[in-house]
Amino acid sequence: MSEDIVLKAEDLTKHYGGVHALEGADFEMKKGEHVAIMGDNGAGKSTFVRQITGVEQRTRGKVWLYGEEVNFAGPLDAREAGIETVFQTLALADDLDVPDNLFLGREKTFANWLGPFRILDYKGMRKATLAGLEKTAVKIPNIRNTIQNMSGGQRQCVAIARTATFQSRLTIMDEPTAALGVQETEQVEHIIKTLKENGEPLILVSHNMRQVFDLVDRIVVFRRGRICANLAKADTDPQDVVAYITGAKTGEEYRESAL
Amino acid sequence: MEETSHGTGGLTFDKSKRSWPNEMNILLALIIIIVIFEILGQALPYMKDQSFLFDSRDRFDSIFNEARLKIIILQVAIIGIIALGVTQVIITAGIDLSSGPLVAATAMIAMSLAQTELVNGYPNPKAVFGVWAMDLPVIIPVVAGLIFGAMIGAINGTFIAYFRIPPFIATLGMFMICRGIALWWSGGNPVSFPTESFKSIGAGMMPVFWFLSLAVIFHFILKYTVYGKHTYAIGSNEEAARMSGINVKRHKVLVYMIASMLAAFAGVILSAKASTAQAGMGEFYELFAIAMAVIGGISLTGGRGSIIGTVLGAMVFGVIRSGFTFVKLDGSYQLMAMGGIIIAAVVLDQYRQRNKA
Ligand SMILES: Nc1ncnc2c1ncn2[C@@H]1O[C@H](COP(=O)(O)OP(=O)(O)OP(=O)(O)O)[C@@H](O)[C@H]1O
Ligand SMILES: [Mg+2]
Repeated sequence: MSEDIVLKAEDLTKHYGGVHALEGADFEMKKGEHVAIMGDNGAGKSTFVRQITGVEQRTRGKVWLYGEEVNFAGPLDAREAGIETVFQTLALADDLDVPDNLFLGREKTFANWLGPFRILDYKGMRKATLAGLEKTAVKIPNIRNTIQNMSGGQRQCVAIARTATFQSRLTIMDEPTAALGVQETEQVEHIIKTLKENGEPLILVSHNMRQVFDLVDRIVVFRRGRICANLAKADTDPQDVVAYITGAKTGEEYRESAL
Repeated sequence: MEETSHGTGGLTFDKSKRSWPNEMNILLALIIIIVIFEILGQALPYMKDQSFLFDSRDRFDSIFNEARLKIIILQVAIIGIIALGVTQVIITAGIDLSSGPLVAATAMIAMSLAQTELVNGYPNPKAVFGVWAMDLPVIIPVVAGLIFGAMIGAINGTFIAYFRIPPFIATLGMFMICRGIALWWSGGNPVSFPTESFKSIGAGMMPVFWFLSLAVIFHFILKYTVYGKHTYAIGSNEEAARMSGINVKRHKVLVYMIASMLAAFAGVILSAKASTAQAGMGEFYELFAIAMAVIGGISLTGGRGSIIGTVLGAMVFGVIRSGFTFVKLDGSYQLMAMGGIIIAAVVLDQYRQRNKA
């Protein structure tokens, strides 16, 4: 398979007991492409993200990253393979501060021969955190504050800054602007545009139609656990997308499976 | 960008507003309690102006009543060692009820390998094993005890992490199992007459030495190592820890193993100090250890707490014990006061948390 395909999923399926949260998803994105995933609440968007990022084990299906088939045993595998994710739940530890959260699970350390007792490079992590925050222009009054004392928007900023601090081959953001104010939303959109300029691929899960049309090249619509449309931005408009989301329309190639 | 302000994006941060550490409150409480006993010493008619903490006899070489200070810390040192472990368990939002009986079981096992062959020229009347187990180097009973502790901790951790048994239940089961092991080990008989070298590891102020050394080591580990960071992360938000790539299950097993090894070490030291091991040893130790951590400001929902807090909690414990003895009130009052203080500590902490948020 071509190395130009950043991510490919075939027949990706996840059942939670009797709940078919994701069913037979075929997905493909090219190098440098920005793809939006849209769909109503419970459509299976986050479930799709969790299967790609190794947070859960899929029921069925195959996934390729840059042409290489991947079977992530856990989230760390996905991160090490270069997938950076802002999860909808943010995945932050409330009692830890900003650098701790940015580096959670991949701390900068000294004396690695000590195994689990290797020593934290607090200074290095603080420096990188400040750099990461500056790069994303995220505003946080004090990086030594614990997450617990931060506003919802600031938490989201921390989660986003986390993806920006590390080199990645694919960035996934699950509703990154859901709790953000106008300025902060602009800020995140600016980060996304920067990724685009640098040719870094992105999957953006969003309910915000304006944002999606501003930012991405292609829109994939999920409905009741299935992909029901795959639309190039040039060939569609917001009303059209809404029709797919609500089920008034179903894409040509998906008609059979949606029955 | 000004690194010292830790502010980014143009927001300023007033350093003076940084909340003062929780440990300061416990230190304050400790001082208040000492002052109360000091005042009681002066005020109570039958006390004849004795001082609780200061040297009341007119001597120039000491300001403090050293004997009392030593006792305060000596009587909490062994339970304190257990508390260092249970602190780590509670930070992960777990609990360990098995430590008290584990102390007893480990004491029995260690003492059986620490016996001396001849007592006053006669064969050891409490011998558990044959001559091969007599007069072994001190390292053998210590290591045997630690291995036993590690095994018990690994079992606790495995059931909790991999089989998703609630920590309360898993360690309650282990609580009974360990007491059973202690009783079964020598058919209910005490095991006694250890070698001199074994006695020496628990003699005099040695328990305090172990307690404080281990406290320093684990303070460092919790604050400055990946192990510590992950321990806090798991207690803070287990799902987030998992999503960040931490192997939560393996880490939990490690935490329970360390906690049980500390309890086992406490058992070894206790038996060395007492020069005997009995199946009933360590009664309520698990609860006292938890109480020390709680007084030290730990949160049972996980993510918060520290070794310094627990050490201070242990000191509060010790001060109250010897304070009540000092004012000649017996154990029943001690228990009631201690219970009140534990509840007050949690109430105050919750009040503080609410006001901070
Ligand atoms: N762990 C789980 N166990 C059982 N069912 C689940 C689980 N996680 C998700 N589901 C179900 O799977 C379906 C898809 O959920 P998912 O979170 O993927 O939706 P979503 O498209 O991200 O919605 P939203 O826009 O609200 O975030 C829902 O019906 C949900 O209830
Ligand atoms: Mg979702």
